[in-house]
Amino acid sequence: MTAVAAASRQPTDWGHPRLAQRLRRRHRSERLFRAIGLSALVVAVGFLALLLGTMLKDGVSGFVQTQARIDTTLDPATLELSADRSPEALASANYLAVYLRDVRESLGQDGVRIASINGWTELRRRVLEDPGLVGQRLTLWVPVRSEVDQYAKGRIDVGADPTLAPIRPEQVRAYARLEAEGRIRKAFNRTFLSAADSTSPESAGIRGAFVGSLLTILVTLALAFPVGVLAAIYLEEFAPKNRWTDLIEVSINNLAAVPSIIFGLLGLAVFLNTMGLPRSAPLVGGMTLALMTLPVIVIAARAAIKAVPPSIREAALGIGASRLQTVFQHVAPLALPGILTGTIIGVARALGETAPLLMVGMRAFIVDAPRGFTDPATVLPVQIFLWSDDVNRGFVEKTSAAILVLLAFLLAINAVAVYLRNRYERKW
Amino acid sequence: MSIDTLARVAQNQRSVDARPLMTARDVHVWYGPKHALKGVSLDITRENVTAFIGPSGCGKSTFLRCFNRMNDTVAGARVEGRIELDGQDIHAPEMDVVQLRARVGMVFQKPNPFPKSIYENVAYGPRIHGLAASQGELDHIVEHSLQRAGLWDEVKDRLQDSGTALSGGQQQRLCIARAIAVDPEVVLMDEPCSALDPIATAKVEELIEELRGRYAIVIVTHNMQQAARVSQKTAFFHLGEMVEYGDTSQIFTNPREARTRDYITGRYG
Ligand SMILES: Nc1ncnc2c1ncn2[C@@H]1O[C@H](COP(=O)(O)OP(=O)(O)OP(=O)(O)O)[C@@H](O)[C@H]1O
Ligand SMILES: [Mg+2]
Repeated sequence: MTAVAAASRQPTDWGHPRLAQRLRRRHRSERLFRAIGLSALVVAVGFLALLLGTMLKDGVSGFVQTQARIDTTLDPATLELSADRSPEALASANYLAVYLRDVRESLGQDGVRIASINGWTELRRRVLEDPGLVGQRLTLWVPVRSEVDQYAKGRIDVGADPTLAPIRPEQVRAYARLEAEGRIRKAFNRTFLSAADSTSPESAGIRGAFVGSLLTILVTLALAFPVGVLAAIYLEEFAPKNRWTDLIEVSINNLAAVPSIIFGLLGLAVFLNTMGLPRSAPLVGGMTLALMTLPVIVIAARAAIKAVPPSIREAALGIGASRLQTVFQHVAPLALPGILTGTIIGVARALGETAPLLMVGMRAFIVDAPRGFTDPATVLPVQIFLWSDDVNRGFVEKTSAAILVLLAFLLAINAVAVYLRNRYERKW
Repeated sequence: MSIDTLARVAQNQRSVDARPLMTARDVHVWYGPKHALKGVSLDITRENVTAFIGPSGCGKSTFLRCFNRMNDTVAGARVEGRIELDGQDIHAPEMDVVQLRARVGMVFQKPNPFPKSIYENVAYGPRIHGLAASQGELDHIVEHSLQRAGLWDEVKDRLQDSGTALSGGQQQRLCIARAIAVDPEVVLMDEPCSALDPIATAKVEELIEELRGRYAIVIVTHNMQQAARVSQKTAFFHLGEMVEYGDTSQIFTNPREARTRDYITGRYG
């Protein structure tokens, strides 16, 4: 029958104009598709560049601090220090008195309008580091007040009516004088990386939020990863396929789409009100985010497990491996890159989450970095939210700088994901 | 059929009947609503290599997979009938399917090496079943199995390379080595030579001849000459039924059924 059909068919004329036109049209649509794809890529990269550009423009100056040089004498009398040089005694000495006296001495009577009022903490830090400094003379750089810092960075335009500017004319004059004397410099802002939140921008840092984020994410990962992966393995490899598992699958997919604030409310109701766990703690924040991340991990892990070719399972079962051995020695290692990618996506999303954490009280104003999972803490995105809300304009650059830190954090996490994926990626 | 083949068939007639190692009685398989195997009964002995022949899709693989209960792993598959290994019902609750699959090894139709090293591929079975007391013994099992599968000379210098980096035919021989490394009682081979060149095919056929008597061997093949060369018993399947079963010489020289004759002579299928 096929022989008959072949014989009755005209030989194909590949040079026929209709065929040539068809070929041209196919090439044209391919070129069109490439152009569209490329423009989509350009748009995506453009937005990314815009985001990074804006943040860098506003944020880089947040890593720079304007400082004034003071000469100070750490005399025990003004410090109200007795002979006791124990750390407790040193920590509670009256550094403020010394600081105010020496600021006036070094920078003039209007020096306190320039130097930050919190600069005395620098004295304490140095003394606690090296108790031998007590009684010594010492030169150090202390941060200037936020409005002076902003003025020094050219962010304040004194303009036509100086009375409306956030910086006073006396301050401008004093600054000009000190700058001429060489008592002003711009240096890397160590405070920003080493301090926690503060009401004054020059003393505010992100360490508290950073540590809070880290602890929270650890809790999230420790809960969501094992539970999610085990649930996925059970559902894919062991659970019977029936109406119940279908129902569970639908529920999990739905859960992944639930707005995060609802998880926050759930966390508030269950972890805080019912279980009585501490408010504002990374433990509770992490548990809340784990609820949110769990479905993402389950879905990603199931997809990764499903993508492992069934022939691998047959091979293992066929030589008498048990189901458990098949899953953990053959299927899971092959699914691992996919599982890790999904986990990292889930965790990265959790890291950037704000709303549910507001619900469990992680928006509190906390001046110390948390030392444990139950200490009150805040996290980077919440810190960004709080600072962006602050009326003090010194916080504008802090907000952008904090966003840069968050982006760097996310980048690091994604880099780890790529590394792990390449490391464990195997072909079959 | 060539004179040569016929001569071989005659030579293979020395088959002796003995107590069957595996028996299948009235085995049916459904894949969902599809009735893929319709009441097949068959005995497998150590002394005879059994060949399954038949057109594509007739249920050869399906039947083969009943002997080590691989159909259990197929969603929607249902097996009925009685299959015994050494007089023991393999569907009985006290039958441990893990042990069953160690005793009844299988080489699959599509080569499926683990994405691990060549060494690991072969060593995996003996290791999980605890068959080697020492590393040296394990090395020995691996080498011996690869040698029997005719792969040793090609891979002895690259045992740590990935099994999936081998060619298709090499992969199939690796899977054979992996199956016999566990020292099963029955070896089920689903078209083990379909991807092999004539030299490698000859090696596998030698292996089958060598293993006969020690293991019960079932081989599915589309190559009539191969069936005639290696087997003493042949079963012809068609549309889920076993049309004819008998001594290979009889099936190839004097089939009782017209369908068998048509298939063997290539007029059909
Ligand atoms: N997993 C499955 N799900 C549904 N139907 C199946 C499945 N496996 C096999 N079948 C069907 O069962 C029938 C027998 O298949 P089987 O694989 O046993 O054929 P075969 O004789 O081995 O063919 P071939 O020579 O092509 O390998 C076929 O019609 C096939 O479509
Ligand atoms: Mg088949």
